[in-house]
Amino acid sequence: MITVEQLTISAGKFALRGLSFALPPGSYAVLMGRTGSGKTTLLEAICGLRRVESGRIRLGTDDMTDWPPARRNIGFVPQDAALFPHLKVREQLGFSLAVRNQPVALIRQRVEELAGWLGITPLLERSVAGLSGGEIQRIALGRALAFQPRVLCLDEPLGALDEETRDAMCRLLEEIQTRTGVTVLHITHSSAEAERLADCVLQLHDGKLEVHHG
Amino acid sequence: MNRLAGDHAPLSGSDRRFYAVLGLIGGLYVFLLLAMLVADAAYTTPGHLWQALQSPEIRYAIRLSLLSCTLTTLLSLWVAVPLGYLLSRTRFPGREIVDLIVEIPIVLPPLVVGLSLLILFQTAPGRALEQFFPVTYAIPSVILAQFMVACAFAVRTMRTTFDQLSPRPEQVALTLGCHRAQAFWLVAFPAARRGMLAAATLAWARSLGEFGPILVFSGATRFKTEVLSTTVFLELSVGNLEAAVAVSLLMVVTAVAALFVLRHWGRETALGEPRRS
Repeated sequence: MITVEQLTISAGKFALRGLSFALPPGSYAVLMGRTGSGKTTLLEAICGLRRVESGRIRLGTDDMTDWPPARRNIGFVPQDAALFPHLKVREQLGFSLAVRNQPVALIRQRVEELAGWLGITPLLERSVAGLSGGEIQRIALGRALAFQPRVLCLDEPLGALDEETRDAMCRLLEEIQTRTGVTVLHITHSSAEAERLADCVLQLHDGKLEVHHG
Repeated sequence: MNRLAGDHAPLSGSDRRFYAVLGLIGGLYVFLLLAMLVADAAYTTPGHLWQALQSPEIRYAIRLSLLSCTLTTLLSLWVAVPLGYLLSRTRFPGREIVDLIVEIPIVLPPLVVGLSLLILFQTAPGRALEQFFPVTYAIPSVILAQFMVACAFAVRTMRTTFDQLSPRPEQVALTLGCHRAQAFWLVAFPAARRGMLAAATLAWARSLGEFGPILVFSGATRFKTEVLSTTVFLELSVGNLEAAVAVSLLMVVTAVAALFVLRHWGRETALGEPRRS
């Protein structure tokens, strides 16, 4: 269960005030709102990348409001995927495990399992230059899932994809959730995506949050 | 005439005149640069060059130039990478002032840098240091004089490099389990390697051409603190124009070679695929 209580975040002139919501474990929440309404800011605060002014963020019984991002166990896929330009696809997928000093054999096994699952096995030895939008998103997803996070935060993961690729990615996201039971918080502008994926819709409007359970 | 990439619109008469004026203004400068270099090359002969290279004083100057420029470059990178990163990524009290201070050597007349260093080493702490480790009028002063200017250019280059690199990959690395230092070493540092090469080349080339601060702070003593730029000055002052031009040409060739290395390497990595051995 991820719980956000009376969260206030300011970023320059812009502020989100008193946001509260709770997502049951394994739920798929979609966060919607106009451009500039603060969706990414909220996601960054949950990931630990932005300081909050007041309020609490809890994961289960843990109050992680002041935890550094590394301790939170939250997978993050930013809007532009932000792959590491100097690493091969295999190294991107294994990054979080290598940082945790996991044995090489275990990293290899986990990377191959993830790659097979995401359909990117033929790309493992490639560098990230020249990959398609869909491939980039799959790698970014795999990188965020490798350490088996409790929550997955996705910032418009399907925004830059053509319709066919988007449909395939939607299926993949559904499958990820069924397989891993991870709680997902997904930013989108598309009500079709929301309808298909979400069991809870969070609507940000003028700094206020409305919660609709599906 | 070649125009902007992707601009294939037909040219009208006024468009042609516009491009002709731009070409004329730019072309004059390029012509003047080339004319300078050609004049140098025409003035000297392989015999002059050979003679210059045979002179023990000039050989010493070449060795000291190579050594001091390389040490200065390493020192400059050592400072420029962390300082450039701090100025680009963090907001700390006094950041604006630090930013301004590191630009000072770029705008200060080089002679003043040398004079200021000389004065600094005349203060009580400076003199105390000199008792154990002679700096003024010795080889360390050459490196310090070069470093004070070259490092400012390296810091500016590294700061721009980090400004142009999105912080997002580092943020993702934090969520993947890195602490700040790991995110820097594993993500930002490798991504900045082109900028580091640019900073190093710039620092090296600046150090090679540094003259004013070295003259004031290190003196121009043969077999002691003479670097290539000092050689040009010393040879000129005794009326040996041939040797001065020969050494100048040597510096031109080295500088142009550095430029080519930078451009070539820069283009390869800009295409994305890192070179595989």
